[in-house]
Amino acid sequence: MTDLTAGTATPPIRRRVDITSPEAQAAIRRRYRAEARFKAYGLLAILTAAVFLTVLLVDVGTKAFPAFTTHSLQLDVAIPNDLVAPEQKNDPVAIRTADYLPVMRDTLRTAIPGVQGRGPERTLIRLISTGAADDIRERIVANPALIGTTIKAPLLLSDDADLYFKGAGTPIVVRPSRGVATPSDTSGSITITAPGNDFSENLVSVKLVMAERANALLADAERTSRSTAPNAAERAAELRKEATELAARANDRTAAETLDSRLPSLLVGINGGLVKISQLAADRIEGDVLLPLSSTNESQAGNWRILTYTTPESSRKITDLEVALLERFKANAQVERSFNWRFFTSGDSREPELAGIRGAIVGTALTLIVTLILCLPIGVAAAIYLEEFAPKNRFTDLIEVNINNLAAVPSIVFGLLGLAMFLNFFGLPRSAPLVGGLVLALLVLPTIIIASRAALKAVPPSIKEAALGVGASHQQAVFHHVLPLAMPGIMTGTIIGMAHALGETAPLLMIGMVAFIVDVPGGITDAATVLPVQIYLWSDLPELAFQAKTAGAIVVLLVFLFVMNGTAIWLRKRFERRW
Amino acid sequence: MDMTTQGIPTAKPYVPPQLASATKVVARNVNVHYGDKHAIQNVSVDIPDQAVMAFIGPSGCGKSTFLRCINRMNDTIPICRVTGKIEIDSKDIYDPSLDVVQLRARVGMVFQKPNPFPKSIFENVAYGPRIHGLARNKTDLDEIVTTSLEKAGLFKEVKDRLADSGTSLSGGQQQRLCIARAIAVSPDIILMDEPCSALDPIATARIEELIDELRSNFCIIIVTHSMQQAARVSQRTAFFHLGVLVEEGETEAIFTNPREERTRDYITGRFG
Repeated sequence: MTDLTAGTATPPIRRRVDITSPEAQAAIRRRYRAEARFKAYGLLAILTAAVFLTVLLVDVGTKAFPAFTTHSLQLDVAIPNDLVAPEQKNDPVAIRTADYLPVMRDTLRTAIPGVQGRGPERTLIRLISTGAADDIRERIVANPALIGTTIKAPLLLSDDADLYFKGAGTPIVVRPSRGVATPSDTSGSITITAPGNDFSENLVSVKLVMAERANALLADAERTSRSTAPNAAERAAELRKEATELAARANDRTAAETLDSRLPSLLVGINGGLVKISQLAADRIEGDVLLPLSSTNESQAGNWRILTYTTPESSRKITDLEVALLERFKANAQVERSFNWRFFTSGDSREPELAGIRGAIVGTALTLIVTLILCLPIGVAAAIYLEEFAPKNRFTDLIEVNINNLAAVPSIVFGLLGLAMFLNFFGLPRSAPLVGGLVLALLVLPTIIIASRAALKAVPPSIKEAALGVGASHQQAVFHHVLPLAMPGIMTGTIIGMAHALGETAPLLMIGMVAFIVDVPGGITDAATVLPVQIYLWSDLPELAFQAKTAGAIVVLLVFLFVMNGTAIWLRKRFERRW
Repeated sequence: MDMTTQGIPTAKPYVPPQLASATKVVARNVNVHYGDKHAIQNVSVDIPDQAVMAFIGPSGCGKSTFLRCINRMNDTIPICRVTGKIEIDSKDIYDPSLDVVQLRARVGMVFQKPNPFPKSIFENVAYGPRIHGLARNKTDLDEIVTTSLEKAGLFKEVKDRLADSGTSLSGGQQQRLCIARAIAVSPDIILMDEPCSALDPIATARIEELIDELRSNFCIIIVTHSMQQAARVSQRTAFFHLGVLVEEGETEAIFTNPREERTRDYITGRFG
């Protein structure tokens, strides 16, 4: 080497690492920096993923929480003797077909006496779910001796009333009074006079809101006047006029004000009743009685109260009357919160408080059973044949490429295939777990075959050789030694595939499993739906209470997925062998 | 030798040696092709019964390939093609009517790396007798397992833990377990493909002792990289080079007075 380089002008090529040289030191530092950087990227990626996962789980969890509890009214229900004709007292059909609405109405009337008029009565009866009557019906069918007695029963609240107790209502501010007040009547539209100017503070805050509204209108007018729309100037002038009038009223500190639904509701609780204020002045109000007063007696300072429902009536789902009624039930300690068993024991419903996921869970189980029964034997057998016995030629290569490609086919395509083949050609029933299972089996089969082949390939060839060496046939070697060793891998692949099938929605939409199905399916040919489709259906519904149901169903689905994946990990750990 | 220099190797008439004991395996003009590669060229050799025959030679010379021809283990490799004739007890083992499974029951094999089944020690030994139906009942099977382990010199060490996994043993013990597994089906011939290459010297010595003990009952063919091992355990030695059987004879003669120059170069460490 030295002979070759000697005599030439090029510097000698360095062939040894000189760790003391500055270049080498710099190289080492560079390497350390690169390694530290790489570590930091990895850590960052994991932390980011963890943060997002936490946000997702916390969000879903908090949203789902309300779905797992429900509120009901604990009331004394008097079952009248004339519910059914006396001779039919033990006839389940007659009991089942009897009219329970009057029973409910009477129960509620007794619970809150004095609610009069068709409108308020209807409001009262709508506070409880239509399912409440069904619960009573079931109890009486089970025990006809209850007819003619009074039973203590929980009456399920309707979704809006339930949500009110879960915090979707309004904050209520209660202010005790300072002076005396006298109501003019006990029901209907009444006047309450309070010479001590008890209402002045409320009047001031209403005037403040009006002043704000006037300012908002002025700003609106400014914007309108700048616009190029054809009648912008006229519109702006109108708005200004309105604003001026509002401002004038706001500035008149003594003038009475009419309250509308955009303002916080003001109520007076007096003599055991509740009056909603419609006209407000500093020393007197006019209003409608929501809950009847016991008398027109003068009420002393401190005995009556002024209530504010801070959220304006127009901004909430529930009216002042409903709030008043529910608060009365609460004050009577008749509202009970309990675990929502119905969510797990009933099928779908249009009423959020009655809707449950049992139908979807049973549908999912039936569908997955069909899938598993089909694709585990077929998939494993195909994998064993392809991996261990099939001759390696163009044809098997083609099959292999096709299996790998099938694993990447969008799932909706399998749904179309199922629609065309199973429903239209073979005429199998629509929306049935049988067809769902068939379609999902097609979807999962490539996954299982690929995973099983990988598991078979991972078994060291020395094991097979050892078996062949003692005189086992090829088949004996595979079934006695290779397959048992590959089984944990095959099981893991199968479970991952099944978890994939569990979360699949698109192909099931195509074969009609998206229908609204109330009944819990009894077999694989009954119409059914599955959990992810149920989630999809609920997420589309306008009722606020279905939001919680959607999140609740997601939590259940996630629990299923965790359990399945956990099983896969456990199987792998449990049966993992070293060789 | 001109065989390797010419394009097409020609068979030289083979003169069988005078063996001390009966001939067990007779190979004539065996050729093995791996796809396009001509791995074994015209190998003819006689292997004696109740003796140890060692195959030596540098890596890739075809000694393992030839060994695997004797129990038709090469059948499992799709691109491998064997021609020529191999007879065991005067029966052609490549005869299409011969069941390869029966053949492998008569020709046991011990591999380079100990490869016990990931099952219990008992199951490892019992598997062969069970699939061949050699035991009539449980007592029979127990006896086969015990005697096989005793013959392999392992019984004393494992008799209290026959239910433990075979993979929990040490490397040398695992290899003796593999030997026990091989002799459990009472083969005539035991093929050993570098059985000690993954073992330490103490374990190697134990295996060599064992081979010496087994010699009286079996025809043992051992492939080894270690010339000392070949000299220690074998009665006859064959030297392979580039797919050709260069020289074959009494071990003592090969190591002290080889006829071929390539043999001399190899055993004196000049190449390989």
